[in-house]
Amino acid sequence: MTRLTRRTILAAAPSILTVASLPARADKKYDPGVTDTEIKIGNTGPYSGPASSYSAVPKAQVAFWKMMNDQGGINGRKINFISYDDAYTPPKTVEQVRRLVEQDNVLLVASPLGTPTNSAIWHYMNQKKVPQLFVATGATKWDDPKNYPWTIGWQPNYQSEGRIYAAYITKEKPDAKIGILYQNDDFGKDYVKGLKDGLGDKAKSMVAIEASYETTDPTVDSQVIGMNGAGINVFVNTAIPKFAAQAIRKAAEIGWKPLHVLSSIGNSVGATLKPAGLENAKDLISDFYVKDATDPTWKDDAGFKTWVAFMDKYLPDADKTDSGYVAGHSLAAATAQVLKQCGDELTRENVMKQAANLHDFTVPMLLPGIKANTSPTDFAPLKQVQMGKFDGAQWRLFGPLIAGAVT
Amino acid sequence: MTAPSDEVAAKEGVARAPAPARAGSSAAVRDDRGHRLAILAAVIVAFLIPLFARDFLTFQLTQVMVYALAILGLNLLTGFNGQFSLGHSAFYGIGAYTTAIMMSRWGIPYFWTLPAAGAVCFAVGFLFGLPALRLQGLYLALATFALAIAMPQILKFQPLESFTGGVQGLVVDQPDPPFGLPIDADQWLYYFTLAVLLVMFAGAANLVRSRTGRAIMAIRDNPIAAAAMGINTALYKTLTFGVSALYTGIAGALGAIVVQFVAPDSFNFLLSISFLVGLVIGGVGSIPGCLVGGLFVLFVPNIAESVSTGLAGVIYGVILLIVIFVMPAGTAGFARIVFARLLRSPKPEGRSR
Amino acid sequence: MELLLQQVLAGLSTGTIYACMALAVVMIYQAIDHLNFAQGEMAMFSTFIAWQLIQWGLPYWVAFAITVVVSFVAGVLIDRVLFRPIQNAPILSQIVAFIALFSILNSSAGQIWDFTIKSFPTPFGHTALFGSALIDTHEAGMIGVTLGMLGLLYLFFRRTRLGLAMRAAAANPESARLVGIRVGWMTALGWGMAAAIGAVAGMLIAPVVFLEPNMMLGVLLYGFAGAVLGGMTSPGGAVAGGFAVGVIENLAGTFIPYFGRELKLTIALILIVAVLMVRPSGIFGRQAVTRV
Repeated sequence: MTRLTRRTILAAAPSILTVASLPARADKKYDPGVTDTEIKIGNTGPYSGPASSYSAVPKAQVAFWKMMNDQGGINGRKINFISYDDAYTPPKTVEQVRRLVEQDNVLLVASPLGTPTNSAIWHYMNQKKVPQLFVATGATKWDDPKNYPWTIGWQPNYQSEGRIYAAYITKEKPDAKIGILYQNDDFGKDYVKGLKDGLGDKAKSMVAIEASYETTDPTVDSQVIGMNGAGINVFVNTAIPKFAAQAIRKAAEIGWKPLHVLSSIGNSVGATLKPAGLENAKDLISDFYVKDATDPTWKDDAGFKTWVAFMDKYLPDADKTDSGYVAGHSLAAATAQVLKQCGDELTRENVMKQAANLHDFTVPMLLPGIKANTSPTDFAPLKQVQMGKFDGAQWRLFGPLIAGAVT
Repeated sequence: MTAPSDEVAAKEGVARAPAPARAGSSAAVRDDRGHRLAILAAVIVAFLIPLFARDFLTFQLTQVMVYALAILGLNLLTGFNGQFSLGHSAFYGIGAYTTAIMMSRWGIPYFWTLPAAGAVCFAVGFLFGLPALRLQGLYLALATFALAIAMPQILKFQPLESFTGGVQGLVVDQPDPPFGLPIDADQWLYYFTLAVLLVMFAGAANLVRSRTGRAIMAIRDNPIAAAAMGINTALYKTLTFGVSALYTGIAGALGAIVVQFVAPDSFNFLLSISFLVGLVIGGVGSIPGCLVGGLFVLFVPNIAESVSTGLAGVIYGVILLIVIFVMPAGTAGFARIVFARLLRSPKPEGRSR
Repeated sequence: MELLLQQVLAGLSTGTIYACMALAVVMIYQAIDHLNFAQGEMAMFSTFIAWQLIQWGLPYWVAFAITVVVSFVAGVLIDRVLFRPIQNAPILSQIVAFIALFSILNSSAGQIWDFTIKSFPTPFGHTALFGSALIDTHEAGMIGVTLGMLGLLYLFFRRTRLGLAMRAAAANPESARLVGIRVGWMTALGWGMAAAIGAVAGMLIAPVVFLEPNMMLGVLLYGFAGAVLGGMTSPGGAVAGGFAVGVIENLAGTFIPYFGRELKLTIALILIVAVLMVRPSGIFGRQAVTRV
């Protein structure tokens, strides 16, 4: 046994020091965009152009990251959130995302908005192996970890919502003659597909009218009148707030009272029902996965109060009835969770690993009971919705949480 | 007191050949050689850029060239032939979809899709030009506008979905550099686009300088006089429509290959407006101006956005207004005025006029 | 048959919106001889101003009146400040200036008032007219006001000296100057009137379509189509054209099998172009005869 003399200690010193420093160095792994004090992440959204009504979504995210930084960042690093306008045109999205990845060197792109826009960068992101995290669209195609391992969705997809409506209708009104109003683009057609798939063989006999509209149309009055004239008794209204409100009001005006199913896109009390006339919206059915910021039900809810405080401090002039601010806040919170879970291993690969590793994760504005869950084979974080009925003043949720994931 | 024809030209903001130096005089030879040297220098610079710039800038410049080509198509119709069109987004879209369908559904290599796109668009443009003969000005604007509106609707049309991919769009694969050249895909696409651009621009320049070109411009300046002089205005007008559509269609085809994706709503009326803006900023009736137009259309919205994301539209509008105020005849018109002032300084040799 | 009648009526009521806008479009065309792309955005911005005044507590008619006056003044200012300096520029450059104005107005409205839809009050109420479900009191009121404006404009242009001076200035500026008409101010007046009419149109349209920054783009395009169909030289024709566009589009959407559902706007425009083939200056337009 060697005596513990100064010489032996000094001889052992280098090896002790090496052993002591190894773990700390192995923990910190950085991909482009990361330093000890900063993480750069990118985003695109429609700040201008005909889809500018969705600009609240990226704006909420910008504000959220400002709040995060004010609170000290994530694991000691500030977030540099770079958000560009793509005017909802795919060629511009490609340009902006390439700028983010190749010029700004971001670690990941968080919640780019829109289906055609995300479709345009889908291959690029997966080729370059850059995370396309929690895309802000409900298209069904993002849940495909086998072929597109770098892309992950977030919200319940439109087809599952369509199927849920189909299930509800077949239960409540088996003799239904259905008319569906949809926007003539990707998300609208996804709803129609989901509804028809959910009805199965009965789709042909039950769905009598599929009426579309373009965002440049002034009104949808003629579609509503046409449905009434055709004796439709179930109206599936998947329109955006402006047209959903017009439809609700026109239906009331002409005295048409079908079973009126509203999609989650157009069910905000403040943004859709109030302009349409609250009395006209009585007995409307819809599905929810986030809290409606204008619904008095959530007045004293803790999550809701967190969001309101956030809005009051960081977006004081914003119109809280715009549900885009809720969506943006939730998306950013999800990304924050993933970054938190990464710890010091801030590589793109680990980002996707953590994104596929969400267990019962919630954000303040999710409905109570709804949780985000992912796994390496399940890239659809939110699957559940809850049905609600409008009583003339607020939405009354009923029934269980329904899972309608379509893969 | 300017001659009446010059006044008309000024009002139309159109390119007129500068007072030609007497053929054979040293001034003429010097003008021509100077011109050629400038073009050669520009081509050399263009050739060198991708070797030193990063991929993203190369990609952006490729897009600039695509837009410049599309604007050239519009220029041929509106600038040189006086037929106003709001519908060129449709031709761009037809070209883009021709390429996308041929490449993704039928596996045809990308270079063959360009002449195909051109041919399809020529046919569509020519056929559209026929009824357009009866329409002038605002009424022609409406007809072309109808075309621009129709295109996304047709592309989204359900029964055609197996062809067009419907609202989901079509993905186009990026072509690889041929013959194992030591450049990457972005650089290859840049050179390919540059080559196509040079060929098409040269073609347009030749067309404009030829008898056909003069006939086309005569129809713009004074259709009745042109007809009186025996020019078959109907034929030339429809041919110009076809050629103009061909140019913009090939630009669309290139655009599809560069962006690697096509979707119906990208080819809407607002794209036509962008082309119009690019045309005016570059200079109506100026071929090199189209490049300036392309640069403007791509980069100025980015500049506006970097000033303020929320008010980007306001900044963009203000920039547009400033440019129009300072250069009402576009960059080309402005350049012409500047050169004219510079050249007016006394020279030792007598000038021809 | 019943469905046909219903859709015709529905088309007329949407057509009222287009007719209103078409009137404003023709008004500016008569003043400056080309199309103002920013007309719709000006109307939208005016309507937002009215909405803001109402939010601040002013009664409807006071807000209405103030908005019309403010819009008139704004129209005159836009002409003097923006378009006077470039009035000799090529037409295409002026069109780009309109596009710039469009961009500025649209973006500022979005920034100031957000993109959520807002309901705009109507003095006519929304109850069904004569018990029919298909046309309500507001729409009837809209038709009434549009026709009323049309009548006033007719009287103004045909029966007053100022109206005559404006027509002269637009038709032949050189000669008008020679007889002492201040052409510049006539153009400014035309702009002001067009802006005011646009504001009224906006305030009539907003209760139907809901107020938001992008509400006018579609309306402007349809109004333009209606004005061209009716004839840009005839305000009455433009109004008729607006109604026609509404009806055609509705009928195309309802009755043309297979294509009608998704392509109704395309079909409507094709029909309009077909009409223009036969009557190149619009149905009621006057053929301009130029001396060679």
